[in-house]
Amino acid sequence: MKQQKSVLAILGRIEGLPVLGVLVIMFVAFIFTAPTVFTRPLIYMSFMQTVPPVLVLGLGLTLVITAGEIDLSFPAIVALSGFVFAYIFKNVDAAWAPWAGFGLALVAGALVGYLNGLLIARVGVPSIMATLASQFFWYGITILLAGGLQLNLREVEDTVVHTVFTGRIFGVVPAQAIWGLALTVFLWFVLNRHKFGEALMFIGDNPNVAQVMGINVEATRIKLFTVMGAIAAFAGLLLTIEINVFFPTQGQGFLLPVMAAVFIGGTLISGGLGSVVGTLWGAYIIGSLQAGVVATGVTSYWVQSVMGFIMAAAVALNVVIGEGNLSGLSEILGRWTRSSQIAAQERASDMNDTALE
Amino acid sequence: MVEDYANPYALQMVNVDKYFGAVCALKNINFEVGSNEIIGLIGDNGAGKSTIVKILTGVFPPTGGELYIAGRKVNFNRYNVQKAHSYGIETVYQDKSLGEKQVLWRNFFIGREITGPFGFINVKKEKEIASEIMVNTIGFRGKGITVDSKVSKLSGGERQGVAIGRAMHFKAELILLDEPTVALSLKEVRKVLDFVHRIKEGGKACIYISHDIQDVYEISDRFVIIDRGEIVASILKEDITRKDLDNFLLEYAHGMKDRIEE
Repeated sequence: MKQQKSVLAILGRIEGLPVLGVLVIMFVAFIFTAPTVFTRPLIYMSFMQTVPPVLVLGLGLTLVITAGEIDLSFPAIVALSGFVFAYIFKNVDAAWAPWAGFGLALVAGALVGYLNGLLIARVGVPSIMATLASQFFWYGITILLAGGLQLNLREVEDTVVHTVFTGRIFGVVPAQAIWGLALTVFLWFVLNRHKFGEALMFIGDNPNVAQVMGINVEATRIKLFTVMGAIAAFAGLLLTIEINVFFPTQGQGFLLPVMAAVFIGGTLISGGLGSVVGTLWGAYIIGSLQAGVVATGVTSYWVQSVMGFIMAAAVALNVVIGEGNLSGLSEILGRWTRSSQIAAQERASDMNDTALE
Repeated sequence: MVEDYANPYALQMVNVDKYFGAVCALKNINFEVGSNEIIGLIGDNGAGKSTIVKILTGVFPPTGGELYIAGRKVNFNRYNVQKAHSYGIETVYQDKSLGEKQVLWRNFFIGREITGPFGFINVKKEKEIASEIMVNTIGFRGKGITVDSKVSKLSGGERQGVAIGRAMHFKAELILLDEPTVALSLKEVRKVLDFVHRIKEGGKACIYISHDIQDVYEISDRFVIIDRGEIVASILKEDITRKDLDNFLLEYAHGMKDRIEE
């Protein structure tokens, strides 16, 4: 019995475990319902191509939501960063052009994020409103600059940038999957082991407490949105370089799936706590859900309902056996195993306490 | 009035006034806190207690008067919350001292993390010190509570204990407790008072702010009673019984009512 208690306590402390459980169950179900697709490596490779942009955006959004804010502008940054890269790639005829385009795209994203941050932290506009406006504005600017046209970037395939960020490692594994994982590890350390991440958690928890404990709340919020902007630009670059084409509406349709990935991952909607690992699994759940459900052969009318059901189940599972509750379960088990004598003593002392009050 | 030798006062306020426009919030406040003295600062709502706290913690400067911390005159032009911390003044607020969803060890070091290269937190060291504070500085007796527990699991009294322990660890010479027992049960108030005893034993000074003498009588060395922006009495505990202090405050309240009715 004791053994059981400690095992549960340890399991409860592993970040994102319930979500990983959902992911595994989902894939096992797909293997049984669509064996021709899910027993071959091709589908997994395809997920490793398509999920990383969702994952990268989700990681950034995890930080934002942990700090008690929201960012709706990232789809526009995905488009803007793609444009900056494409424009420089097309118009500068030099070997370093792709790298310059890559760097400038990141800078552009960070700049948009910085402006969001100023609007939110300094002017005091609620982040949902500020970033909604920002999304419209920067999509508008991108379409204007691009003249509404898409840009073909077939030559990108021959560049080092393409190989480094979206090439196939050993001819098999898409490089962006590795970048996504590396960013997951890095941001886990930023959120859980860096004073910046700790400041984000306390601000999301209670900005007044953060303020009186000497955290510069305004500067931290501005920094947060700047980082989010750069991360969104990175996601846009992964997307643009992978598909070798820029189109001015790219990024549209990412907003809700990315938010779903973050919340499925167990990040609190109220702020204060975020799970980077949960977002990793959440992104793969969201990213493989549609393809998986379609492959099972259910009629297309059913696809959306099944997707919604799985999302709800994932979040519910997280709430029921999430960190706190799993260790709570082990506490209950521990209480059951204690001798009834001790329990009786405790009851007696509790009654004394109540009498004193 | 400031000498070079070791100053017996943690804090002195000299002729301090505070006006908000034409409204007088504090009038000619003169009071001092000994370096190991517990002051019970008692006053009704709106008497000026929180104005005093805000001046002492650097939220805003007074309109006139002087403030000395451990004998050093404070320059109000360059005084703020961070400066107050560096002078050894720490404040424990009723409800905004701790992040509720966060674990205890993070709460001990928030804003003052022990960091290694690139600003990454030395978690092992922070946990060690936090656990040391809990056991030795505040004598934590909470059942099954460790540095990895979340604040939301702690009772109201225990939370104040954590905030007091943190203040003591960061070399506070003077701890301001701003109504720390509001909304706590008697049992929890008991816990907070035990923590305040630790401040006295640790050789530090404390201003315990309350609108009620119930909890301050036992732990205070001296009572300072403030009414409508003025200090109306400063009484050593040895000079007054609990009952007399009760009566004094009651008469004062009645007197005030009479004045209002006039």
